[in-house]
Amino acid sequence: MAVKNVIEAVREALREEMQRDPKVFVMGEDVGKRGGVFLATQGLIDEFGESRVIDTPLAEASIMGIALGAAFRGMRPIPEVQFSDFIWPAMNQLIGETARACYGSNGVLQVPLVIRVPYGGGIRGGLFHSQNVESIFFHTPGLKVIAPATPYDIKGLLKSAIRDNSPVVFLEHKKTYRLVRGELPEGEYTIPIGKADVKRAGEHITIVSYGLMLHYCLEAAEAVSGEGIDVEVVDLRTLRPLDKETVLNSVKKTGKLLIVHEDNVTGGVGAEIAALVADEAFEYLDGPVKRLCGPDVPTMPFAQTLEDEYMPNTDKIVQALRKQAAY
Amino acid sequence: MPRKKITRPKGSGDAQVAIAEPIEGLPEGLATSDLVESYTQMILVRTMDERIWALNRQGKVPIAASCQGHEAAQLGSLLAAQKDGRCFLFPYYRDLGLKMAAGLTPTQVMLSFMGKEGEPYSNARQFPMQGADLEHNIIQISNVVGAGLTQAVGYALACRMQDDDTVVLTYFGDGASSQGEAHEAMNFAGVHRVPVIFICENNHYAISVPQHRQMATDDLASRAQGYGFPGFTVDGMDLIRCYEATREAITHARTQGPVLLEMQVERLMPHTTDDDHLRYRTQEELDAAHERDPVSNFGAELIARGIITPEKSDEIKAEALKAINQATDAADAANLPDPSTMWDRVYSE
Repeated sequence: MAVKNVIEAVREALREEMQRDPKVFVMGEDVGKRGGVFLATQGLIDEFGESRVIDTPLAEASIMGIALGAAFRGMRPIPEVQFSDFIWPAMNQLIGETARACYGSNGVLQVPLVIRVPYGGGIRGGLFHSQNVESIFFHTPGLKVIAPATPYDIKGLLKSAIRDNSPVVFLEHKKTYRLVRGELPEGEYTIPIGKADVKRAGEHITIVSYGLMLHYCLEAAEAVSGEGIDVEVVDLRTLRPLDKETVLNSVKKTGKLLIVHEDNVTGGVGAEIAALVADEAFEYLDGPVKRLCGPDVPTMPFAQTLEDEYMPNTDKIVQALRKQAAY
Repeated sequence: MPRKKITRPKGSGDAQVAIAEPIEGLPEGLATSDLVESYTQMILVRTMDERIWALNRQGKVPIAASCQGHEAAQLGSLLAAQKDGRCFLFPYYRDLGLKMAAGLTPTQVMLSFMGKEGEPYSNARQFPMQGADLEHNIIQISNVVGAGLTQAVGYALACRMQDDDTVVLTYFGDGASSQGEAHEAMNFAGVHRVPVIFICENNHYAISVPQHRQMATDDLASRAQGYGFPGFTVDGMDLIRCYEATREAITHARTQGPVLLEMQVERLMPHTTDDDHLRYRTQEELDAAHERDPVSNFGAELIARGIITPEKSDEIKAEALKAINQATDAADAANLPDPSTMWDRVYSE
């Protein structure tokens, strides 16, 4: 198996799906000759031409609305929003229209589209190149929301998303693009949407996380293993539909839960998981459910000290784990 | 498409013209039988429109947006689309006449307004006739104005990607023309020469806000120049002109790219059943608008030209009333959706 990074996994998935199905096409700002600002679509225009790799005007609402209209006609569009921070102009089309199209037509309209969204901080992106946007989509029935952390997962889940007949918000953490590497099998594979993955088995504390934070959680779990703290790390991979079973099974085993995400703490994915565990695994808990999440400031600021203050990291997770273990 | 003045023959009022004879100078593809058929549809739509307002006051129809005053624009453009046979429609919330004449029965329309089981667009999940009627080539997801324009462009783009020569007609009001998405849709369509026709039914009011508070120009059609495609202002109270303009626009869209048609109409009724337009319009203004009523004027013209007799016109109205009465009774007796269906089809099944 070849070792590749996350952006290469994204590109492989796009290329393979475009080769497999002529209905699949990509569109967005700079996705053509430029190959996307992160090079996710690099080379696709040479292989598939301008009709299937469409450089759009710089206007997110129409990128999303046009993708939706094309999906109504049976195409499988993959619109790219250049940075998650720029998704807000497209929100009416995404939340208002796309998420409601199937339900609002009593199932007559299918929306087989995947909106790719590079998101997240820790890259000195400041307030408008770092945002976590997942909670709003997580809250929205009609959408599926995927946020993988590894090259293997991102390729397998992106392929599944492209083949799905419901709209998918596909979140790619920018910092993982070149930082995270992993083995990719040569042949065809997909990963089912809605299945979490236990990335590390353990007995004492469950961590639930996703995206970039997953890697910090694994580092922290390793760091405390020498102290006799045996941590299980659950990677959600798909946020909506949430894999409740995997989360609950892990918590029932360990009795303690720490939720880690970079998004703001209030009303985030972690709040829902805490509620789920309180509701359905209360008798199994051996301590309070804790969240280590982004604080309630609008986004991680630009200056290094301020960004560090915002971002959860391995050290902060280690400290949280020690407290959980001592409870 | 050359920028030419679209004219129609002035009537002689000669009642001796045989009913089957074509009118001299009728646009290509149009026969007198089409005019009679369109008039019959107009009467049916108007009778439905008046009925749903009455039913609203009786508490049986929660909400309705009237198309009174817009019938010629909607049915004239629809006639061109139907004769072409390769068109797809993205209408908006005031397009009752368009959606009805596209092929729904009066009972289906009435089910829609009463929110009953069997409603054709969404099985009564949405406001009347909102969702999709794919059997008649229509999608309208929402009533967020302007949102359908970009979707229509995407649909047309997909048709072209599939080597399908469908032309998409997307309808909107003057209010929606202020939305950013109206600009984005037209800009993209112009850049990519997408086979789409933007049809603005300009009734000069965004609920209560008059046109001069919405735009600093006298017309909307001139905007098209800024997007690199042709735009025309059409008398939207004249079915034949609307037919002809749309027919030419379809040819242009299929071969060269987008067209903007501004059909100038009157809104004869308040914005919706929840509105009182006398709060912002004078009775004199409304009286003048009613003088231009496209339905009664079209009927009078058909009679004056000898295409129909006054008796035939009365017969058409009586048939319409009968059909709407039957539809009202049928929808009144129909079931409400089963509450358990609320859970279905959040995602594609």
